[in-house]
Amino acid sequence: MRTRISVDSVRGEFVHQIETISGQSLLACNQCGKCSAGCPVAFSTDILPNQVIRLAQLGIDDVLDSQTIWSCAACLTCVSRCPKGIDLPRVMEAMRQLKMERDGNQIETTDLSPEMVAEVPQLALIGGFRKYMT
Amino acid sequence: MSIAFFPGCTLSTKAAGYDISGRAVAQALGMAFEELADWQCCGATFPLATDNTMALIAPTRLLVQAQKAGGHVTTLCAICFHVLRRTQHILEHQPEMLERINWFTEEPYQGGARVSHFLELLREEFTWGALSGRVTQPLKGLKVAPYYGCLLLRPQAEIGLDNPDEPAILHDCLAALGCEVVDFPYQTECCGSYLAVSKPDLPEKLAHDILTSARRNGANAVVTACPLCQFNLDYAQRKEIRHTLEDTLPVLYFTQVMAVALGLDQDVWGMDKHYVDPLFLFSDLR
Amino acid sequence: MIQRALVIGAGIAGIQAALDIANSGYEVVLVEKEPSIGGHMAQLSETFPTLDCSQCIMTPRTVEVGHHENIRLYTYSELESVTRSESNGDFMVRIRRKAAYVDWSLCTGCGVCQEKCPFKVESSFERGIGPRKVVYTLSPQAVPNKPVIDAINCRYLQSKWDIETGRLPAVDKKGNPAQPRCGACAKFCPTGAVNWNQKDEVFEESVGAIVVATGYDLFPQARLPEYGGGNIPDVIDGLAFERLLAASGPTAGKVLRPSDGKTPKEVVFVQCSGSRDPERGVPYCSKICCMYIAKQAILYKHRVPDGQAYVFYIDVRAGGKGYEEFLNRAQEEDGVIYLRGKVSRLFRDGDKVMVKGADTLSNRTVEIAADLVVLATAVIAHTGSRRVAEMLGLATDENDFFTARNEELDPVVSRMPGVFLAGAALGPKDIPETVAQASGAAAKVLGMFQREKLSAVSVQL
Repeated sequence: MRTRISVDSVRGEFVHQIETISGQSLLACNQCGKCSAGCPVAFSTDILPNQVIRLAQLGIDDVLDSQTIWSCAACLTCVSRCPKGIDLPRVMEAMRQLKMERDGNQIETTDLSPEMVAEVPQLALIGGFRKYMT
Repeated sequence: MSIAFFPGCTLSTKAAGYDISGRAVAQALGMAFEELADWQCCGATFPLATDNTMALIAPTRLLVQAQKAGGHVTTLCAICFHVLRRTQHILEHQPEMLERINWFTEEPYQGGARVSHFLELLREEFTWGALSGRVTQPLKGLKVAPYYGCLLLRPQAEIGLDNPDEPAILHDCLAALGCEVVDFPYQTECCGSYLAVSKPDLPEKLAHDILTSARRNGANAVVTACPLCQFNLDYAQRKEIRHTLEDTLPVLYFTQVMAVALGLDQDVWGMDKHYVDPLFLFSDLR
Repeated sequence: MIQRALVIGAGIAGIQAALDIANSGYEVVLVEKEPSIGGHMAQLSETFPTLDCSQCIMTPRTVEVGHHENIRLYTYSELESVTRSESNGDFMVRIRRKAAYVDWSLCTGCGVCQEKCPFKVESSFERGIGPRKVVYTLSPQAVPNKPVIDAINCRYLQSKWDIETGRLPAVDKKGNPAQPRCGACAKFCPTGAVNWNQKDEVFEESVGAIVVATGYDLFPQARLPEYGGGNIPDVIDGLAFERLLAASGPTAGKVLRPSDGKTPKEVVFVQCSGSRDPERGVPYCSKICCMYIAKQAILYKHRVPDGQAYVFYIDVRAGGKGYEEFLNRAQEEDGVIYLRGKVSRLFRDGDKVMVKGADTLSNRTVEIAADLVVLATAVIAHTGSRRVAEMLGLATDENDFFTARNEELDPVVSRMPGVFLAGAALGPKDIPETVAQASGAAAKVLGMFQREKLSAVSVQL
């Protein structure tokens, strides 16, 4: 199905929410791709980080279903090299928050095996819970 | 002289080696760590949503504790450092945020607390030259790759510890200790961080790339300043222990290398809980 | 008004402006900082989109400048000061000609001094690809084809001055007066043109109009730390690659890696290195890089037919005449692969350069183990331009490019009456536009002179 683009999508509620939560102006991104080029996990994701921004720019909210936003490790490489200084980690966080608002937690404590909880440093658990749970 | 110290949750448990060696080294250099009287987890992530005030309360509370301890607190955990430093920065630049958070803390934060990483104190106050002078145990044969990770350095504007593109602080520390320092291109590439919990394949792959790069450039050990980096790089090699030790790269905290170089007793090296046992690196020193 | 013009800068813009004015019968004073004229065009191998040999198309003009009876050429010279007459608006200009330690009136340009000089230093003309001698001309086709001696690196001069100032003993071990070291050039010069006592000379000229054509520089690699910061030998900028391609260059036109002299089989070209980057570089687009990178990729393929060229780009800007077709040729005929995405970083990996990029069109992060990387570094204002702006009271923008009186309608006219602008001094531009602006500025000067004549005639009548 073709994607219908209109003023309701490009200036709609979804764009507004993402921009407010992240504090970023999405249209400042000219899609140069440097973020994607430097992202350590982008090789494994369904869409590239720059495409996450692209879909958001167009108000296409099924970007919230992408895997990319959950593979983001908040390493901050993208924002440190972006020629326009766009804070992608903040946009990714905004996406995660909106997704969880709609569909709930992405991880539950019961999902984790006792072995993993015993092995992994606490801060990974706390960080993971912070990112993946409301 | 004693300095206020915030260990954080992980140093008190999984990263005990970092804690033990860090405290011992600080003591030996005359900068004994005085743990904050009251502390809790910093939150492990700096909130990236602009309206997430809740997540700032915990680190602000720690800044209040720092205030009470004289206004300056030191950390070892790179993530605690990142959270506290950025919290201090945002509260300084957004007074409305500070005002709102102070509604929720038992005591208000007045502002102006100084947060440092132990590496900064070594660089600025102790100095590398003085550190060199305290080395009693030459570290022959140790070829160390300093692995900085992400959160110790980025974002530069708020953290301001070192240049994220060409960092030197770990290089300088290790060189001062007499190690041969190995430069390698993956020193600021992410280890995968908390994805160890949700997508463990990713940190495993990333760690593999980092370790391969370090090995190819001649390293026989990797040094880090972050408990999660240490874990990800160490844990990724857990299956390789069954093969020869030449295939593995022990992953150490910089304070552990310091403990050895300063001639401290082995029981403060904190090297008993690694997946890849690092003790063999130092066996010929005895 | 004195009907004589000053042209500052003898790159292609200055050359064109000077020739247009001189060929109309007026005197031109042409000042150039380098020992010879030609600017960056003299460094190029071939020009886009025609692939004409740059030296070949330029040499007729440089030679004409060198011989022109109406052009007084000062090379190895800079503007020292400018004052303006309040009565008639004429400019009194002081020009400082640096000591070359070679008497050009005796020098025949035979080149023996360069041959015999035992010492090599890095040549800025060769952009780090090759060296030059301490006594040097920029190229075999230099106009004027007379050398200068680089005093800082000259053993003779340094030791002579050390002896004179007492830093070295004035007598040797045998008690004889100490002799400066080397001096090979002077020994072999057949006309005795080497003059160790030459000094800077200051000349005064009066002119009625000025054309500023100071040209451009390239963004330093040191400001691109994620691309190696200038420390990786096989990561070079566009002008350096031109020197590799140039038949008169240090490798006689063979494309060879600076690190080991081997032929690179996979070459990566990185566009927008510093351009379009308000955060860490310059905010503007440098205009010429998309085209010259395509040209360089095509020329590379001609020299190394079994090689592969890749270009990382954000957009491709090909607006001029024949430019889009030239781009198509690069892809269709020469198999250049264009990957859409800005490179995140480069680093050395063994003897290769690892390029971490992305192709946003195919939704992939990519990496290439390149043998050679060419960075299209941003075009920036020439380092000397700010000083010239101050001396002449000219406006520059936040990027240090000169601003015109009206950027759309008066692009070659400055805000200072009698001062005109041309070429890359105003902002990045290609050769056709540069030459057009130079002729435009020259026409403005000629117009000024002609109106003077007409008003003088009407006064007579």
